[in-house]
This record gives sequence, structure tokens and C-alpha cells, in this order.
Amino acid sequence: MNIRPEANIYDLSKPGRTTAVLPALDTPKTAIPAKLRRENLNLPEIDEETLARHFTRLSQKNYSVDSCFYPLGSCTMKYNPKVNEVAAAQPGWLGAHPLAGEEFCQGSLELIYKLQDMLAKIGGFSACSLQPAAGAHGELSGVLMIRAYHVSRGDTKRTKMLIPDSAHGTNPASSAMAGFTVVTIPSDSDGGVDMKALKEALAGDAGKEVAGLMITNPNTLGLFEKNIEEIAKLVHEAGGLVYGDGANLNALTGVLRPADVGIDVMHFNLHKTFSTPHGGGGPGSGMIGANKKLQDFLPGPIVVMKGERYGLEQPAKSIGHVKAFYGNFGVMTRAYTYLRMLGAAGLRAVAENAVLNANYMKVLIEKNYTLKYPRRCMHEFVASGDVAEGIKTIDIAKGLIDAGFHPPTIYFPLIVNEAIMIEPTETESKETMDEFADAMAKLAAEAKSNPAALHAAPVTTPVGRLDEVAAARQPVLSYTGRK
Amino acid sequence: MPFIANTDKDREEMLKTIGVKSVDDLFADIPAAHRFPKLNLPKPLSEPEVLKEVEAMAAKNLTANNSAWFLGAGAYDHFIPAIVPQMAGRGEFLTAYTPYEPEVSQGTLQAIFEYESMAGELLGVEVMNASHYDVATALAEAVIMAHRVGPSRPRVLIPAALHPEYKAVLATYLAPISSLKVEEYEGEPGKAKLGDDVACLVMAYPEFTGEIRDIGAGSENAHKAGALAIVQADPMMCAILKSPGELGADIVVAEGQSLGNPMNYGGPFLGMMGTSEKLMRRMPGRIVGEAYDHEGRKGYVLTLSAREQHIRREKAVSNICSNEGLTMLQTCIYLAAMGRQGMQAAAELCWNKAHYAASLIGKLPGYAVQNKNFFEEFTVKTPVAAEKIATKLSRKGIVPGFPVSRYDKKRPDELIVCVTEMRSKDEIELLASSLKEAAK
Repeated sequence: MNIRPEANIYDLSKPGRTTAVLPALDTPKTAIPAKLRRENLNLPEIDEETLARHFTRLSQKNYSVDSCFYPLGSCTMKYNPKVNEVAAAQPGWLGAHPLAGEEFCQGSLELIYKLQDMLAKIGGFSACSLQPAAGAHGELSGVLMIRAYHVSRGDTKRTKMLIPDSAHGTNPASSAMAGFTVVTIPSDSDGGVDMKALKEALAGDAGKEVAGLMITNPNTLGLFEKNIEEIAKLVHEAGGLVYGDGANLNALTGVLRPADVGIDVMHFNLHKTFSTPHGGGGPGSGMIGANKKLQDFLPGPIVVMKGERYGLEQPAKSIGHVKAFYGNFGVMTRAYTYLRMLGAAGLRAVAENAVLNANYMKVLIEKNYTLKYPRRCMHEFVASGDVAEGIKTIDIAKGLIDAGFHPPTIYFPLIVNEAIMIEPTETESKETMDEFADAMAKLAAEAKSNPAALHAAPVTTPVGRLDEVAAARQPVLSYTGRK
Repeated sequence: MPFIANTDKDREEMLKTIGVKSVDDLFADIPAAHRFPKLNLPKPLSEPEVLKEVEAMAAKNLTANNSAWFLGAGAYDHFIPAIVPQMAGRGEFLTAYTPYEPEVSQGTLQAIFEYESMAGELLGVEVMNASHYDVATALAEAVIMAHRVGPSRPRVLIPAALHPEYKAVLATYLAPISSLKVEEYEGEPGKAKLGDDVACLVMAYPEFTGEIRDIGAGSENAHKAGALAIVQADPMMCAILKSPGELGADIVVAEGQSLGNPMNYGGPFLGMMGTSEKLMRRMPGRIVGEAYDHEGRKGYVLTLSAREQHIRREKAVSNICSNEGLTMLQTCIYLAAMGRQGMQAAAELCWNKAHYAASLIGKLPGYAVQNKNFFEEFTVKTPVAAEKIATKLSRKGIVPGFPVSRYDKKRPDELIVCVTEMRSKDEIELLASSLKEAAK
């Protein structure tokens, strides 16, 4: 890791320097009216060598999947095969325009059509839309579909969305954006949905106000909801629909089609399960799949066959467009490449090895850390980091950084005290997991023998723990914003 | 198996450590009736096979790389310096997650801070966020933000000539907010009829037709009514024409695809959003700010997080989580690579070439340019159906623009022509002669 301070891009600027080499003007000039013309443009002026070193050095201040183990729970930081990048960089993809007309975009339409087909089959859904650009965007689409479904039946009283307390924050936020009131369902002692609380929320008149349930399965504890069929049945009997959050689909590829156990509509994260890189925050792709009951409400357009040709079509009762054009095509090309190389057997191997790796890791970690829900996990599990007096999860996380690992997800899910959520993914080797578990064991020992050292971690990084409270109190959000 | 490190021997050892006989035992919680379904997927391909298949599919597209390209309408063929994808494609950027652990994410965080600085300068706003999915979703979220600022104001005014895709996305996002009514206004935003019941006045800079309206007068109009001025801008144009911030915008959104990102059949794009310090705590999206460690070393962190879903859940200002990080990084590198001179030069090339094209087309029999003020895109009245012209010429490798009838059947004779810095004089003259030919 590069620990040397790197100047701000503006501090590297010197008037008269430039990187871009543009063609000279070969047409007559037209004057720009003074009332429209801008006076100043304060952008940096930098030569290409300086620029290349700046961004190379910045990149070296990141931990990444390419450089180290990155067991960020619920984020599925699997290795992203390089062939995906080559496949996505074809000039025929990059230069294609969304409005050039169907006749002239048959290549892009074919890829989307084939990807839609494979993803629908993996989920057991009758149709899907690749328009949503991220997981939360898929969620919003899905809950808008649930809303539109009820409204289309004249059932306008269904204003509540049930969400387990273990859910990602995006679930309640997406529901609120779609106009629903969120009803939180607690978890039971086994880490699953509390069936008694669910039944109460669905009983009598209260049940008539329930639009649906959003469920993540496996849930954010890494546990499979064993009662999923019963849960879906209860929601359906009350007139509600079941939304599946596909954040944790990596445990189920080729193992279970979510539609088979009663999920009506669901998003998949192509940037998690289907190996497209996270890019420091995105872009993602939040494909949304639906069963027969909901498929006409999908956002679109989606790609269909029109005779011999591929074409675009808006589903009959569509909630509309959730994004301009057809989705993050550059993410789809990567996911397509990955799926074509895996096939059905490869997909099942993904889930099998993801679950095997997580359970192996769990056995090693359990030796030193407590688990609130010690039952067999799926693709991830949640431990607690408070291994010694005065030591918190954050200290373990920062200690891991000095050991050369990206920390797992911490302080989530909210229902586990001092949570530390570990997801190894299927691409990691046994050796890497052994090294990580070994580091975790050493940190547990250090927590008792030398807690001060852990409180001071990390010490191998460009900066130590940053004062986030002060940063939010008097925010400096741009170079010129510095007072 | 592809992309899996475990050997059979590894698996055996791991199963032994776990204390189960087989991998199947790990899936005992899955309902038996549905466990391990047969998936009817195409048989797997090797790496050379899959590349061959993908290359063949990609080659079926007509693209800006293999034809004379005058189509914009929301996706633009601009020059991307080689350094942009080369740097953004580094594995350390590409395969990192959202920078939740700041000590090991300073590369991504500093790049976001630099993007916020440069993009804020270009658009003329004090505070930028780290991106939305595209400008359409950014605009929808900007309107929702205005609604939160003025919840008792039920009217939202948008230009009739807003991009139809952005209108459609706005309608989807606002559908659940029954108290809000969207109204369209024609022409100058300064003349739109407002009142104290208006939450925001949305302006397009330029409009879908390419027309540049008086944003300054529009902002004044909005502020007089106590409404927020929201501007959807072409960021490339802002390099040479007054920035939306300078013209009084309270919230600016822009499509950052033009700035260093390929058209890629419509995504990933970059939804840029910025606002004032006064309104920043109501803005959705991730924001990066400076911070210091206990030794006084400067670094960068995600800040003002109390707005966001992972903290506030259903009370968050938006549900956005994953954004368009990598396209934002491309734009960051692009803005630095182009710099002040490069941005101005590219925008001036667009301006001059587009105006040259308009002067040639305006002289063609039966054709008439509709715009008073435009940047790189203008609308042409065509003597025969624009769709016919577009299809005919596209088949010859000349993509003459966007027939408005693809969105609005009632407007068959309008073609929106876009000329960027990528088009040569020869191509522009070829377009003009081809349009003349196509009208016969």
C-alpha cells in the first residue's frame, strides 16, 4: 500500500500544461454570443505523465479484490474474471447508441435478450427486466410493481410493507420511496423471521393493509429462512405479495430457484452474484425478475423477439421507466460472459463452494469469537468482535487492516451486538482462509494481551482512524470549498 | 470449475473440519422438494469460445466507430483520452467496494473528492455528490428533494421540451407521491406561470431540441415564487457557456456520460448532482469530505451520512446505495486530462462544427433549422418523414440524427442533429449532401 501523501489534483496544476491532444478546427468559426459565454473555468492543467502517476498512486491507496482478501459480508466480493473486461470493451458495444433504432442494435439487443433468459431461468421467474441500475434500484422497482398490482385491482388500502429487522437499510428506504409505511418484523431466537409476529401483522384488518413483505434469503445473518414457504403462504393468504432481495443469491445459484418457494418479484445484483466489479461503489445492475402474476408490471422497455429480430417492448401494465434507456449495458456484457463460461454446473459449483468456504471459515472463527446464531450458515456468517474488555469490533476490523486484509462488514446487521459479518465467497482458496482465520486468532489474543496496540490500529495505512464527527460538523467538500 | 480455487482434496479437508460428509449436507435447510433444480442453460464455453461469440454479437451493431455519427439525444460521442480507461481500469479501483473503510480506501475517496471539486467548478455549485444512476434518476431525486424542502407546495413545473426519457422516469418516481402534480410549460422558463404553490421549476439547459433558454430569468422567476430552481444541464456545454450555478440554479443535475464515458448502448452513465451548502444536508447520494487523523494527517471520508439509508432506513432522503462509482472515476480522470484548455477546446469544436452543419443544412431545399440558440445539437424540419431519412441513411453508414417521431408520432418531420468534436468537415459535408439526396 502506498502510504505517502498524494497532492490534490489542483495542487499539481500549472498553467499551460495539458494532457488531451485535440484536432484543429477544420470548419468556419461562429462567434459565441457574449451573453451566453462563460468567463472563467477553473479546471486543473496537467501533463499526462503527472496525471498517470497521480491516479496510479491513488489506486495504490486502495485495498481491492485484485490485491487482497476482501470478506465484506453481504457484498459478495468475489474475484472478477479478467475475460469480463475484454468482453465488455468491444468497440461494437462501447460505440452503440440506445436510440439508433432496433435494426441497427441487433447485437446489443441479442445479448440483453439472452441474459434476460438465463437470469429468469436461474430465479425461476417468467420474465425479467434489466433496466434497474443497482440493487436498491431493483428494490424500488419491485415495490412499485407491488403497489401498481394492488392499485390495478382497485385495492388501494394496502399501504404497509413488512420488513424483517435483519434487512438492509435499502429495504425500508425503498419502501418509503414507493409510498409505503414500514412495519418491522422481529427475528426469532433462531435468527429467522418471528412467525408469531408475522402472523399478528397479517391477522384480521391489519392484514388487509399489507401490500407485501420484503425478504432477504439467506438473510443478513447468513441463515436460510427455513420457513420461507410458510412465510410466503401466509403473506399470499392475506392478499400480499412477497419481494425477494437478491443480495445473498450467491448461496443459492443452481441450488434453489426463489420463485419455487413463493417469491413473486426479486432483484439480482449482477455486481455481486454474477462477478461484475464493484468499481469503488458502482455501477451495478439490479435485474428484476417476476412471476406470471407480476410480469406485466415490470419496468422497461425489455427485449423481446419480434419475428426474426430482437426488439424493445414496454410490458403491458409497466410501472414505467426507472432509468433512461435499458439499464447498465456495460455491466450486462460482463455478467453474460461469466454466465456463458459457467453454465448450469458451474453455477451450482459457485453456491456450493461459497457455502463450503463460509462454513469452514465459521468453524475456524468460532474458536475465538462468539456467534449469536451458531447454526449452520450459508454463504456468510455473523460473529461478534468484543473478544476482550474494552475491545470493540472496530478494533478487530482495524487490526485486520494491518494484517493485510480488508475488514468484513461491521456493525451490521443491527440485531447482533458488535457484529462482524464475514463472506469469503467461492473464489477464495483454503490457504487464504487459513491465513485470515489465523490473523483473527492473533487479534483475539492481542485483544487480551495488548489492547492498546489494537486501539491504535491501523498503523500501516496512509492515514490512521479519521475524525468523522469533526468532518461532518464542518464539512470541506471540495478543493475550492476550503475556507 | 472456472474461477474456483478449491481442489477436491481441499474440499475433503474442509468438510472434515466442518464435520459433515458431503457438500450437499450443507444445504439441508433448503426445502428438499426444490433443492438442486435442473437449470436449462446453454452449455458452458471456454474463454476463447466466449470471446468469439461476444465479438460476433458486438460486430452486429452500427456504432459511432464504424459510421458517420450525428445522433445525440441524450447519449453523446465525445473523445475519451486513452489515459481515462487505462487508469480507471486499474484493478485497485475496479475491484474495490464502496469506501466504507477509509484507511484502505483513500484512493477512491480522494478521487471522489477531486471529482466533487472539478465537477462543482464546471457546473457552478458548491457541493456535489458522488453520483446517481444517470441524469434521469438524478433529476427525479432532485424534484423529490425540492418536495422535501417545500412539502406544502404541490406543483412541479417541467419544460415541455424536457427529454422524454427523463419525463418518463420522473413520472415513475413521483407516482407514489400523490400530493405532487407535474405540469409542463412551453418556451422560456422566465415566463412560466408560478405561484407560492410551486415546489420547483425544472429547466433544461439545453432542451431536448437543443434550444438554449434563458436560465437566469427562469431562476429569478422561481425564486420570486419561493420555489427551487432545478437545472438539467449538458456538462460539456458548461465549459464555454455560463454555468447553471452562475445562472441561479439551486440544484443542478447533468449527464456525465459526455465526460469520459462511452455511450455503451445507454449505460452505465453518470448522474451528476450538485447544490448549495445551504441545501447540502437534504441532498441524496454519497458525499466525500476532508478529515484528519489523531496525528493531524489529512484524509478523506464519506460524510453527512445521517442522510443515508444505512443509517436512517425508512427516514433516509433516498434509498440510493450502489451508485456509478467507476463512471464517476472516468469523469474525474477525464476532467483532469482535458483540463481547462482541453474542455474549452472540445466544447468550442462542438459549437463551431454544429453551427457549420446547421448553416449547410439550413440551405438545403425543404429543410429548416428550428433553433435560435444551440450548442452542439439542433432540430431540423425535414421535407419527408425524418424516420425514413434516418433509416435510409443509417443503412449507408450515415446516422443523421434522432427522428423525434420515435417518441412522438405526431411530430414526423423533425430530426435532432448532433455534431460533436469527433466529426470532421468531410463528414459534415457528407451529411448535408446525403440529406439533400434523401429528400428526393
